[in-house]
This record gives sequence, structure tokens and C-alpha cells, in this order.
Amino acid sequence: MSEVLVLIDHVGGEVKKPTYELLTLAARLGTPSAVFIGDPGQAAGAAEKVKAYGAEKVYAIDDAQIKGYLVAPKAEALQQLAAQVAPAAVLLPSSAENKEVAGRLAIKLESGLITDAVDIADGGVTTQSVFAGGFTATAKVTKGTPIITVKPNSAAPVESAAAGSVEQFAVTISDAAKTAQIVAAQPRKASGRPELTEAAIVVSGGRGTGGDFTAVEGLADALGAAVGASRAAVDSGWIPHTFQVGQTGKTVSPQLYVANGISGAIQHRAGMQTSKTIVAVNKDEEAPMFELVDFGVVGDLHTVLPALTEEINKRKG
Amino acid sequence: MNIVVCVKYVPDATGDRSFEADNTVDRVGVDGLLSELDEYAVEQALQLKEKRSDEEITVTALTIGPEKAVDAVRKALQMGADKAVHVQDEAIAGSDAIATSLVLAEAVKKANGGAVPEVVMCGLASTDASMSVVPAMLAERLGLPQVTQASVVETQGDQVRIKRDGDTATEVIGGTMPLVLSVTDQSGEARYPSFKGIMAAKKKPLETWSLADLGVEPAQVGLSVAWSQVEDTAPRPPRTAGEIVKDEDGSGAVALAGFLASKKFI
Repeated sequence: MSEVLVLIDHVGGEVKKPTYELLTLAARLGTPSAVFIGDPGQAAGAAEKVKAYGAEKVYAIDDAQIKGYLVAPKAEALQQLAAQVAPAAVLLPSSAENKEVAGRLAIKLESGLITDAVDIADGGVTTQSVFAGGFTATAKVTKGTPIITVKPNSAAPVESAAAGSVEQFAVTISDAAKTAQIVAAQPRKASGRPELTEAAIVVSGGRGTGGDFTAVEGLADALGAAVGASRAAVDSGWIPHTFQVGQTGKTVSPQLYVANGISGAIQHRAGMQTSKTIVAVNKDEEAPMFELVDFGVVGDLHTVLPALTEEINKRKG
Repeated sequence: MNIVVCVKYVPDATGDRSFEADNTVDRVGVDGLLSELDEYAVEQALQLKEKRSDEEITVTALTIGPEKAVDAVRKALQMGADKAVHVQDEAIAGSDAIATSLVLAEAVKKANGGAVPEVVMCGLASTDASMSVVPAMLAERLGLPQVTQASVVETQGDQVRIKRDGDTATEVIGGTMPLVLSVTDQSGEARYPSFKGIMAAKKKPLETWSLADLGVEPAQVGLSVAWSQVEDTAPRPPRTAGEIVKDEDGSGAVALAGFLASKKFI
């Protein structure tokens, strides 16, 4: 069986959960091989992790000439690896940066590209959620090496022991690819909460919070959830843009989405409509969000959420 | 300096959107408009021109699409763009992002007399397909660096500095013109066309080009040669109506806790 390349999603060598989801999907198309672009000293540690999810090989690419130069060098590195391996497909976790890498790679490899897949079936047929979650589309790459970016939470990772043997792969990065660079970076402060796009539960707040996210955060912590927000809350300056769920923010697809004081404009729905279970708390019983919910409470979030948090903590004993 | 802003004519997201029998987006039978997210690109192009008022800067709005798509570049002209180009050719219908980026790349160069302009400006994503890949593909085809998802844009000479919310950090990205630049909705509210702007737009140059004008073969674009094919589209089944309760003296929280427990979330 041909290899399927899976780009490892990691921060400083620490492998993130979407990687395992992609390896699980990759096994449907061929033999998963993981690609580690990073500090060579961290490759072995990453290989230990991904071999539990079916990665037979781990290609280690030194990022000395890649780090700091954004997407163009990554696309060159993957192009060179793909030229040697001739993979059945290349899978990348859907992030703003990876989609750009995939876009450049598609042109380089003269290959079709599918972004934001939520499933990949045998034969490479992908499922995507389109038009703000209003439609489902199935698609297939028909030219070259399928390049597919996959959204987090698209598959349950399945453990499958494999060799995970590390192979160093040397790449040559052109000067042209290094013409845009990161001048400064301010890593986000760790909140101690799960990553918004990867979380199993997301608790969001909107205009109805009136700028006070205490109740939202309290509930999020009781549920072990990530905190999200609507554009209205972000535009009001109550919470940074990185928390925004919606068309121009993050797209989430958790097991449970709790929308508090969010009316449910189409732009917000675009970012959360594919959540498995949706719950809303809103004073306005006419809020469009209630059309989407499995369970809704018409009430003031500032009284309902603290009471709910207390109830949850009580049940947890 | 020349700035080419790439804009898209999209179905109105607040109206009914649908697909044709061949699974392409219905772009003719629906109300359309300049993609909201591309208005921010037009705005940033105009601001760049205004900030560097001592230079001669031409802002060209460029779109690809059916006859009605001309509305997208007209709006850009009304906002203040200097000229506009509409690439229209029946063979383009159904093109994927890859073919779109090919046509755009040729049109961007032609709009700038055959050379690459200093800045190719794009929005964050289209509001219909929303892949967010065309800026990267365009950069690849034009052999340019890309500086994307900017919330703040600053330039000095041929140097560009942007601020953005990266995937894991807030970043400052630097690049040298020529480059492809994309901006987000955080970059600043787009202006409304003034009455004066609307009147002035009628006299601004607006050219319509075909694929032949760009030297692109019809066989290189369109649905039949797309490198990926949509096999099926279906409306998402409506969610079954959920239970809605009114909170009275704390009953809401108890009911909600009961629901979450029944679903094993707590």
C-alpha cells in the first residue's frame, strides 16, 4: 500500500490531538507516514507518540531554514518529500497556516486540493460542511496527489501500534521562499483550558454577557470546556479576537456547544453549526439561536449559568 | 505604485443559497454582491493610497465571474478604486480555486501592463466557498511572498509590516514588495460609497476581458478540468426542534443540568 503523508501538528515537539485524528483517517487511504517539521532533537519524542496511532514512518525535517519564514518553505519541503515518496495523499490539519501551505503545495504538485474536510472515506471521498453549515458536500480529488486539510474533531483517534521509524529528510529551501518572515511573535498566555478548535465542549458568550465573562468562564471550567465568543463580544473589546467563533473566527465542531447571550447570526452559525449537541441560554426567546438548539433556556445567563455551574459541581461531588 | 485588489461576487449569505444540478454554486439565479470580506481589502488598498498621498498610486479592482459579477468591481469603484477589470468568459464557470488562481494571476499581470504589481490585495476568504487558499495560490503562481490575515497593515517604502492573530501567537510579519497581502475583518470598517463616489464611479475605466485577452486556453479552466470534483451536495437535515424552557426561580438551571446529565456531559 502507498504511503499517506500526515503533517504533524505540534507546538515545540508536543504533538496535538488533530494529528492522531488525521493518522486514523490516513489509514483508510494507505499506510500512514507522519511528517515532523521542527527541531531535530524533538523528532524522536514525536515519533513515540504518533507510532501508537499507526505511523509506520516518521519523516523528520529540520526546520532551521523553515521556522520564521511562514508557509512558502513548508510547501517546498513537502513538495520535495512528496517527490521522493510519491504518496497516495497528503493530509494536513486545517489551520489558517496549513491551508496556505496546502494551496501552494497544490500548485507545485499540480494536484487537487480539498480544504476543511470533516471526514474522509475509503477511496478518498471527502465530506465538507459548506454555506455556513447549511449544506453538506462530498468531493474527490481527480488530479495528482490528493491534498486534503482536515478539521479538528473530524474523527475519533483509533490506536494502532506501528513501527514509527524515524527517517531524516534533508530539504533545500530557496531564497525566494524566505522573503516574508516573522519579525516578532507574542505567544498566547496559556489559559489552562482546552484549545478552542480541539475542545470537546465549548462554552461561548455574546452580547448578552454585557462584557462580564465570569459566568461563562465558570461554567466552562466546571465542564472542562474551552471559552468562545461571538463577534459582537469581540468587537465590543470584551474578549480577544482569538476567542471568536464564526465565519471570520474559529470554526468549531465540538460534542457540546453552549451559546450564552448569543443571538445566532448566520456569521456565528457558520462557525458552530456542525456541533453535535447545541444548548443556548438567552433572555430573548426570539433569538434565532433557539432554532438550532437541542435544549434551550429562556432566561438571564447571569443567574442561569452560576446556578448551573453550582449544580454541576454538586453532582461531581 | 500599483495595487490590484482581487474581489469576488458571491451569493448573499443572508438570502437562500443553492447549488446547480452539476453541484456548482448557483451564481446567476440568486442575489449577489461584493463579498463582505473583500470590502476590507478594498478599504485597506484605499487607505494605503491615502497614507502615501505624495506618491502616484493606482488601485485596480479585479473580479472574475458571470455578467452580474461586474457589480462587485462597480462597488469597489464607488468606494474609491481608480479602475476596474471584470474577467468574464463562459468557459470559466465551475472553475476550482486552482483554475481561478491561474486566471487571476494572468489578469493581475495584464492589469499592471504585464508585470507584477507592488501589492496584490485580497480578503480573508470568500463568503461562499471560504477556502482561504486563493491568496497563497496566487502568490505561488506569481512567484511572490504572501503576507496574510493582517489586522494591521503598515508600509514604508517597499517594506510591509503586518500584525495578525496567528494560530498560536500574535505575530508581526515583514515582507518586501512586490507581495500578496490579505486582510481580515479586524483591519477596519470598510467605507460606504458616498453619493459623490457613486457618481464618480460611472466615469472610471472598467474593462471586460475574456480568456483570450489573457492568453489562457478555455481547456485550462472550468468545471470539467477541475482538479477536484464535488460529487454531491445536500442541504443539511434540519435539526429536530429542541426543548425550550423558561427559567423561573432557578428552574432553568436544574432542567439544563438534567439535559446535560442525560447526554452524559456531566
